[in-house]
Amino acid sequence: MSAGPGKAGAAPATGTRAAEGGSGGTPADGALLRRAAFAVVGLALAAVPLAGDYATSLVAEVLVFAIFAMSLDLIVGYTGLMSFGHAAFFGLSAYAVTMLGVHAGWSGWWGLLAGVVLSTLAALVIGFFCIRVSGIPFLMLTMAFSQLLFSIAVKWRTMTGGTDGLTGFKRPSLFGWSLDDRATLYWLIAAGFVLVWWGLRRLIDSPLGSTMIGVRENEQRMRAIGYPVQRIKLISFTIAGGVAGFGGGLYAFFNAFVSSDILHWVLSGDVVLMVILGGAGTITGPVIGTAIFLMLKHVFSSATEYWMLWLGITFIACVMFMRQGVWGLVLQHGPKWLRDGK
Amino acid sequence: MQLAATQIVNGLVFGMLLFLMSAGLSLIFGLMNVVNLCHGSFFMLGAFFALSIGEWAGSFWAGLAFGWIPAVILGFAMERLFIRYLYARPHLDQVLLTFGFTFVFSDIVRMTWGPAIANVPVPEVLEGAVEVFDIIVPKYRLFLIVFGGLIALLLWLFLERSRIGAMVRAGVDDAATASGLGINVQLLFGGIFALGVGLAALGGAAAGPVLGVYLGIDGEILIPAFIVVVIGGLGSLRGAFVSSLLVGVIDTLGKAYFPDLALFAIYLLMVVVLLTRPHGLFGVGKA
Repeated sequence: MSAGPGKAGAAPATGTRAAEGGSGGTPADGALLRRAAFAVVGLALAAVPLAGDYATSLVAEVLVFAIFAMSLDLIVGYTGLMSFGHAAFFGLSAYAVTMLGVHAGWSGWWGLLAGVVLSTLAALVIGFFCIRVSGIPFLMLTMAFSQLLFSIAVKWRTMTGGTDGLTGFKRPSLFGWSLDDRATLYWLIAAGFVLVWWGLRRLIDSPLGSTMIGVRENEQRMRAIGYPVQRIKLISFTIAGGVAGFGGGLYAFFNAFVSSDILHWVLSGDVVLMVILGGAGTITGPVIGTAIFLMLKHVFSSATEYWMLWLGITFIACVMFMRQGVWGLVLQHGPKWLRDGK
Repeated sequence: MQLAATQIVNGLVFGMLLFLMSAGLSLIFGLMNVVNLCHGSFFMLGAFFALSIGEWAGSFWAGLAFGWIPAVILGFAMERLFIRYLYARPHLDQVLLTFGFTFVFSDIVRMTWGPAIANVPVPEVLEGAVEVFDIIVPKYRLFLIVFGGLIALLLWLFLERSRIGAMVRAGVDDAATASGLGINVQLLFGGIFALGVGLAALGGAAAGPVLGVYLGIDGEILIPAFIVVVIGGLGSLRGAFVSSLLVGVIDTLGKAYFPDLALFAIYLLMVVVLLTRPHGLFGVGKA
């Protein structure tokens, strides 16, 4: 189910890429290798439920947060703005899905739609204010806005459940299959992940994506050439917010529970960490960063009480010596066919 | 009236503690352009070191007098061994690095002192309360206001009247030119970072009997200190002082009279200030 859109979607994208950037002599081989790699990864993703409940839940969690991290990478890695308040959009949507489900009895599907729309609108409004500044003030302003939402979630106890959280969300069903079934839920999340991965890839390859990278590389020059830099930043911020909202909605499906932690600045920091660990400015990097982050959290926390220490050390080492991240390093030194694929 | 006055005193106490946090945060930003996300960790470390030293020596004062020293050493080491290699890179890399350290310090504290909340008793000399202008003020709170004011005065004298202070101000204005004039800006960076986190640690040590000593206080104190620095203006000591007291009093009064809106109001204030004056009320307008 998830492998389908992965293979079908990725093929045309890689085809054009190979035609453009094929200076290595055998672009066709590269494209073939990439297509094979996509097929293998896609099949592996589809087959995860065979590996048992624990693995399925873990991979599903990784994929949900990977959507979140990929959306942040659009701002941090591609547009060059360091946001420390991205949890606002993830959390807003997760709350929308859960609250509409619990209090208004909406089906999760309508909730998901509402969540994405809400977080996109919120990103549009918050982004409108935030892009007026850049650098450190941008970082602080995004953080302030997300803490504003956090304080609402904490204080509006009757609706949000405050710090205790809100339970009682009923997962919807898909064509008669209940999402309470772990494998079905997983496949839905995996499909969502592949959709976002593919969509962001197409966006980055589009002229709009190129202008975002241009803003990151040299804002003044882009402005001098005549590009509407502010509008590009706002578009990037809004899309990132909407995609984070999609991730947040899926998180609500996954967890069937939401608490104010989901809007806290620590989560905004965690997701920055995921992006940097994997490699900012790449599509796949944040996915790998998310996997590393959650593995450290789950695997190490069962082995040692002090997983945060190891996570911190890993992150410090990454910032000091490997700023391009794990995936960035692979792309730098890996085989040519992989490098062309970002 | 009595109640309001008491709340204002409590607000001033919180404001003084915020000042000890935000003075360093603001200085470090002014000189090095680094937003130190692990500044709260040093507040927490100072509180725990003071607790242990105080228990070992059997005196609260020993904790307050020496508790900040390990934090200063750690801070200096952190700047010399890690942060300084990142000055050539975008400033955000340094922010990310300090974020990584919040995880490390948090777990080091958990390893060493455990997750339990420790209550620090008020030293005997300062038990009880005194009456000032018909208001009953606990002695320890009065001490904190005086103590914070004294530190602020000393810091001001150091920056405005001493030779090193002049170097620091030169560095804040233009680090490259200061370096060209023969000032060892690199060492100055390390020194100011150590001074800044030392002040935070001192704040943590002094706050023990009022706020308690526990894991997680790092984040709780960091956010209000951030708000203070944003409102006061990054890099301005005067701004940090004025807005510390302002935020301290507004927050305390708000929590007492409008508990539902207090948290909200502070963040809203931060958003409004950032939008109207991105460099804060007393900001120097760099970065």
